[in-house]
Amino acid sequence: MDLCFLPAYELGRLLRERKISAVELTGAIFSRLDAVEDKVKAYLLVLREEALEQARVVDAALAAGEELPPLAGIPLAVKDNICIRGVETTCASRILKGFIPPYDATVIERLREQRVVFTGKTNMDEFAMGSSTENSGFYPSANPWDLARVPGGSSGGSAAAVAAGEAVLALGSDTGGSIRQPAAFCGVVGLKPTYGLVSRYGLVAFASSLDQIGPIARNVRDCALLLGALAGHDRRDSTSVPQEVPDYTGFLVPEIKGFRIGVPREYTGEGIAPEVRAVFERVVDVLTGLGAVVAETSLPHTRYALPAYYLIAPAEASSNLARYDGVRYGLRVPAEDVVTMYKKTRSRGFGAEVKRRVMLGTYALSAGYYEAYYLKALKVRTLIRRDFDAAFEKFDLLLSPTAPTPAFRIGEKVADPLAMYLSDICTLAVNLAGVPAISVPGGFAGHLPVGVQFIGPPFAEGRLLRAAYALEQETGFTAKRPAL
Amino acid sequence: MKNYEAVIGLEIHVELKTTSKIFCSSSAHFGAEPNANICPVCLGLPGVLPVLNRRVVEYGIRAALALNCEVARFSKFDRKNYYYPDLPKNYQISQYDLPLAQHGYLEIDTGNGRKRIGITRVHLEEDAGKLVHQGTVTTTPYSLVDYNRTGVPLLEIVSEPDIRSPEEARAYAEKLRSIIQFTGISDCKMEEGSLRVDANVSVRPAGSQEFGVKTEIKNVNSFRALQRALAYEIERQIAVMEEGGRIVQETRTWDEAKGVTLPLRSKEEAHDYRYFPEPDLPPLVLTREWVEEIYRSLPELPDARRERYINDYALPAYDAGVLTVTREIGDYFEACVRLYPYPKTVSNWVMGELARLLNATNTEITASPVRPGQLATLLKLIDDGIISGKIAKTVFEEMFHTGKDPEEVVQEQGLVQITDEAALKAVIQKVIAANPKVVADYKQGKDKALGFLVGQVMKETKGKANPQLVNRLLKESIANSDN
Repeated sequence: MDLCFLPAYELGRLLRERKISAVELTGAIFSRLDAVEDKVKAYLLVLREEALEQARVVDAALAAGEELPPLAGIPLAVKDNICIRGVETTCASRILKGFIPPYDATVIERLREQRVVFTGKTNMDEFAMGSSTENSGFYPSANPWDLARVPGGSSGGSAAAVAAGEAVLALGSDTGGSIRQPAAFCGVVGLKPTYGLVSRYGLVAFASSLDQIGPIARNVRDCALLLGALAGHDRRDSTSVPQEVPDYTGFLVPEIKGFRIGVPREYTGEGIAPEVRAVFERVVDVLTGLGAVVAETSLPHTRYALPAYYLIAPAEASSNLARYDGVRYGLRVPAEDVVTMYKKTRSRGFGAEVKRRVMLGTYALSAGYYEAYYLKALKVRTLIRRDFDAAFEKFDLLLSPTAPTPAFRIGEKVADPLAMYLSDICTLAVNLAGVPAISVPGGFAGHLPVGVQFIGPPFAEGRLLRAAYALEQETGFTAKRPAL
Repeated sequence: MKNYEAVIGLEIHVELKTTSKIFCSSSAHFGAEPNANICPVCLGLPGVLPVLNRRVVEYGIRAALALNCEVARFSKFDRKNYYYPDLPKNYQISQYDLPLAQHGYLEIDTGNGRKRIGITRVHLEEDAGKLVHQGTVTTTPYSLVDYNRTGVPLLEIVSEPDIRSPEEARAYAEKLRSIIQFTGISDCKMEEGSLRVDANVSVRPAGSQEFGVKTEIKNVNSFRALQRALAYEIERQIAVMEEGGRIVQETRTWDEAKGVTLPLRSKEEAHDYRYFPEPDLPPLVLTREWVEEIYRSLPELPDARRERYINDYALPAYDAGVLTVTREIGDYFEACVRLYPYPKTVSNWVMGELARLLNATNTEITASPVRPGQLATLLKLIDDGIISGKIAKTVFEEMFHTGKDPEEVVQEQGLVQITDEAALKAVIQKVIAANPKVVADYKQGKDKALGFLVGQVMKETKGKANPQLVNRLLKESIANSDN
C-alpha cells in the first residue's frame, strides 16, 4: 500500500483503526521525499526529526485509546511565509535567512490542536511575489508532471509537494492566485477562502488586504477537512470575521442539479490558450450534464483588475516589507552608517521582482501620485466588487479557467514580468473582491493538468466545495498521479 | 522697524497611561529595563498584526471631549511610512485624513482677558522607541535601541494657528496639560516625554491676513523653553525680514544651552510619508451611546472647577486659577477646606508656604509631608489663639520636614502662645520703660508708634505673644500710665 498518495480522510481512518501508525505514515512520506525531492525541490526546509516526534506523540495517544481529530497524524507541508515557532521562516528570501519566529501562526496553532504532523517549509516565490517559484531567493521548484516546467506560484512548493506525494496536505497563501494557479498547474485542489475567514496572524504579509491562507490537497474532501481546521475567528487578526465555521464535509454531495453557474466572458476570451479552453468547455458540458444551468455572464470591470492589483498589492507590499532593514533580524550588510546599511542590506537581500514591486508601490503612494494611482485603484476595486455582487444576484457560482495556460517552461517568462503577471489574470479579481474561489482539476492538455475555478459569494465555501466535489466525482481527475 | 505679528500653532503629543500598549498587550509603563516591555507585535516581527486597545480609544475620546471636540463616529487608521531604527516596522500606525476628533477649543487667560484657541484635530497613534547613542548622534560608533516605548499610545493634539505670542503659546500648552491631566488619561510629564510640544511659527506684518512662511521648532523640553524658543524664533524671523531676506520653510531645533533655534532639515529634505489606509485594522466605528457614556463620566475640568472656587468659596480669580492648574492641587485645597471652613486662608497657605516648600524640595503635592488634615489643624491652632500666625509658619516648616502633627511640634518646641495677661504685662511695662519717646509719639496721635511697641513685645517673647492681646494690653498700660 502506497500511503503517500492515499487521501487524508482515508489515512485518518487507517490511523484510527490502528491499521497504520503515524510514524509509519510520516516515514513513508520522507521516503518518498528522499526519492523525488532532488527533482521537485518542493521544500526549503524538511522537519524530519520534529515530524517523527509529532507522529510518535500521535501514536502514543492512539495507543492510549484517545479520540483524535480527523487530521491527527496527517503529514502537512507549510509554505515558508507561515510562521512555526522555532523554525526558520524565510519567505524564500535571503533577507530573512536565519529568522526564527518565536511564535506560531494561528493556523499552525489550530493544526497543532488537530495533531497534524508538519513535514517542513515549502518553496515559494520570494515574499509570495510571482507565479512560478522562479522568484525564490534560493532555487526554483519543478512541476511533478513535467520537471522542465514550473509548478506555478507563489505556493509552488506546497502544490508540488502535494502532487508529488511529498506531503498529504499543504498550506498555501493566496494574494492574487497564489494557491489556485499552482494547484491548477500541479493537478491538485486549492482553495482561496473569503477574506477574513482564516486568520492571517503569523502569515508574513505581502499585501494585507488581499492575503489569505488556504488549503492545498489532492482531493476535494481533504480540502474541506483542512479548511475546516483553518477557518474561524481570531482575536489577533482584526480583519478576521466572527463567524461560525460549518463542517465543510457536510456540503460534499455529488449533486448540483439546478445550480446556476455563470461563466464570465472576460475569463474565456482572448489570452486563454486553446488547450485550456478545450478543457474548460468539456467541464461546462460535464456540469450541464449534472443538471447545472450554465450561462454566460459578464464582469465588466475585469480588464481593470490587473492594473488595479498591481497598484494596490505593491503599495501595501512596499510598506509591509519596509521592516526588513537589517536592524533587528535576518540579513545585515554592515556599512559606515545606518542609511547605507539599509540600502546595502535591501539591495543584496531582495530579489529583482521584490525590488520591482517595492518601487512600484512606493511610487504609487508618493505625494502627487497617490490620487492618480492608489486612490484610483481603490475605486476600481470597489467597481470590481460590485461586478461580483451583481453576478451573484443571478448565479450561485461563477466558473472560469484557473489560469490562461497550463504550466509553462522554467525560464519561459522570467524576462517578461508582464507575461508572468498575465498568468494570474483569471484569479486576481477574486482577491480584490475578497470572495472565495477553488481550483479543481478539470482535465488535461496533453500530459499537463488544467484547472478550473469556481468562484462564490462571501462565505460560500461550502457551495464551492460541493460543486468541485460533484465535478471530481464525475471526472475522477484528482485520482491521477504524475509519473515521477 | 515695522510692526509684526506672530502666528503660532502647536502640535502636542500626549502619552496615554493605559496599562498596555495601543496594539498589543505589552506593558505601557515608563521606566522599565531596556527592552523589557516588548513582544512580537510591538517589535513588528514578520507576520504579526495589530489589535486596537479599547481603553486607548476610550482615553482618546475622553481627552477629545474635554477639549470640546466633535468625536467622529467613523475614523480610520493610516500608515505613516518612514525609515528610522527606533520604528521597527518602518511605518507608524497613525490617523491621517479621518482623525478621532476635530473642531475643539480651549480657553486661556491673556493680558486682555480670556481667549479661545481652536483645536483642529485630535488623533491616535503609536509611539516609536528610543535610540541610545554613545555620545552624540553624529559621532557615536553604534547606537542601542530600546523598544519599550514602541507602541505606547499617543494622542496628537493640533491647535489652530490662533496663538499670537510666546506667552499665549505657553498658556495654551499649560492649559492643555491641565485639562488632559484632569481627565486622568496621562501624567503629562514633559521631563519623561509623556507630553511633547512642537511649535509652528510664522511672522507677518501687523494687520495682514495672509500667513507668512512658517518654521517648525522641535526639541522643546519645558514650557519655559517653549516660550523662549518662540521668542527667539520670532525675533529671528523679523530680523531676516527686516534685512530684506526670506524665511525658509524648515524644521529647526531649539538649543537650550545656547538659547537659539538651529536648522534641522529643509522642506526639500522633508519626508514624503506616503500615508495610506492601514489594511490590518478595520475603520474605527463608535456608537453614540459609548461616546455619551464617556462624556457623562468626565470629571470636573479646570475651568468649571475654577468657576466653582470663585462662586462657592469666594476666592479671587487669581487664587482659583492657581489652585486649578492640576487636579491634585485643587483636591488638596478642597480636602483642607472640608476640615477648616475659611477657603481664602487655606488658599493663602497652599499657594504660599506649601507651594514654596514643595518647589524647594521638588515634591509633588500628592507626596506632601503635610497632609491636608494637618494643615487644617494648624490653621485651627492659630484661630484658637494657641499659636500666632507668625509662629505657625515655623511650625509648618517643621511639619513639612518631619511629617509631625502641628500639636506635637508646638509642644516639643514650646511654641504655645503666651496668653497669660500678668506675664505679658510685665514685658509690656519693660518695653514702655525702655521706649519713652515712642510712647510719647503714640500719645500725640502717631498710631504707627504702637505697632513698633507691639513688635518689641513680640521680640521679647520670641513671637509667642498673642498679638491682639499685646495690642490691647499696650493701649491699656499706656492709658493707665497717664493717670
